[in-house]
This record gives sequence, C-alpha cells and structure tokens, in this order.
Amino acid sequence: MAIEVRIPTILRTYTGGEKSVDGSGATLVELIDDLEARHPGIKDRLIEAKDGQDDLRRFVNLYVNDEDVRFTGGLGTELSDGDQVVVLPAVAGGAGSS
Amino acid sequence: MLTLTPEIRDAIVAHARRDHPDEACGVVAGPEGSDKAVRFIEMTNAAGSPTFYEFDSTELLQLYKEMDANDEEPVVIYHSHTSTEAYPSRTDIGLASEPGAHYVLVSTREHGNSEGPVEFRSYRIDDGEVTEEEVVVTAEPARQTTNESE
Repeated sequence: MAIEVRIPTILRTYTGGEKSVDGSGATLVELIDDLEARHPGIKDRLIEAKDGQDDLRRFVNLYVNDEDVRFTGGLGTELSDGDQVVVLPAVAGGAGSS
Repeated sequence: MLTLTPEIRDAIVAHARRDHPDEACGVVAGPEGSDKAVRFIEMTNAAGSPTFYEFDSTELLQLYKEMDANDEEPVVIYHSHTSTEAYPSRTDIGLASEPGAHYVLVSTREHGNSEGPVEFRSYRIDDGEVTEEEVVVTAEPARQTTNESE
C-alpha cells in the first residue's frame, strides 16, 4: 500500500534530499513507523511524548488529503492506498511574554 | 542582504500597522533559487495575539501547495513585534524552520496603528543561529524577464 508523503525542506536531510517519499500503514502512526524504518531519525521530528503517550509535535502540521489531522483523529487517522500526506512545520514565533 | 521593492516593504509595514497591537505575519514568495521577493501574501495569525503568531494551518497548506505548483519558495517570512524591538525572540529562533528564508521583523512599538517610522530589520535564522543582514529597498525594473522565463 503506497502513500505519498511530502517532506518539507528542513526534514529532507532524512530523505536524501527527496521532496516526496512513499510509505505504508493503515494509520498515521503506522505510516510514521514505516518512515522511521526507511529514514531513521525522522520520527523524532514528528512525534513527542505527552503525558506518557506519543503525540504529534505541537509545531508540526500533518495533513491527510488536505485535512489537518488534528481534526481527523490525530495519529490514529486511518489511511488508504493513494492517500497523500503532507508534513509542514508550523510557521510561528513571536515576542513571547516577558 | 535582502533586496525589496518599496511596494513590498510598504505592504509589510501596512499589515503590521493594521493588525497592531496583535502580531501580523506573512510571506513574500519568489521563484525557487532566485532570492527575489516577488509575491506578497498576508497570512492570518491564528493565535490572534500581541505576543505570538502562527500561520493558520489551512492557509499554510494552501500557501505551500501554491508555491509548489508555481516553483516558488518563501523568500521572506515576516512578522511584527508590537511592544518590543524588531529582533528575533527566543521563540522566533526556536521555531524558525526555513533556513533559506529572510526573516523580516517589524516593530510597531513606537507608533502602533499610526503613521511614523517603524523598525524594519532582516535576519537569517539557521539552526538557532541569528545573523542580521542589510535591507536594501530599491525600485527594480517593473518586469524582470528572468521571472517570466523561469
């Protein structure tokens, strides 16, 4: 089962410079494990432990077929053959509270 | 060095003034590898905050898909600080994820929504390292033939 995953510039060090890689998995968490097997180190850039559970990093956006996965079940989002997953780091910052 | 047309510089400043006291944010895209800031795109600050900005996630996806289709990249990523200087904060540095972009900071702390000089500065932020660079505002020839052939 092939799922196209679009990789942002800052993570292309893990994919040998490729903008897009194929992966497989029935859910997003399985897809990320599959990506990690092919591109070691990438999982840690996407996932962090929150309250003892793996969760998507706060400042990473993942989209399945243009839907932000925060609204479709997070890491449990189900995937099918031919889906497209886009990874985009948040563009964020600010003065912060002093 | 960052080179901008007066129109784009003014558009960034106008956005920052309009959204003051909240932070304003956006992008100037340009052809990949050209380092030319051509297409000005205001983004919605989903945080709607005087101390934080984050591109709306739906607009962010739309933006990157458009840039991908046009063979563009984010040449400038801008945002405003509304009560502090136009220098990258720890948050700005920690979250910067486009090492190839010019990070423009505008400070509206002096005049807020009103006319008047603003601080307008540009930086490279690469892996936690901040390097300020010169900003040159110059009216380029209206149509760059290189843009059309790329």
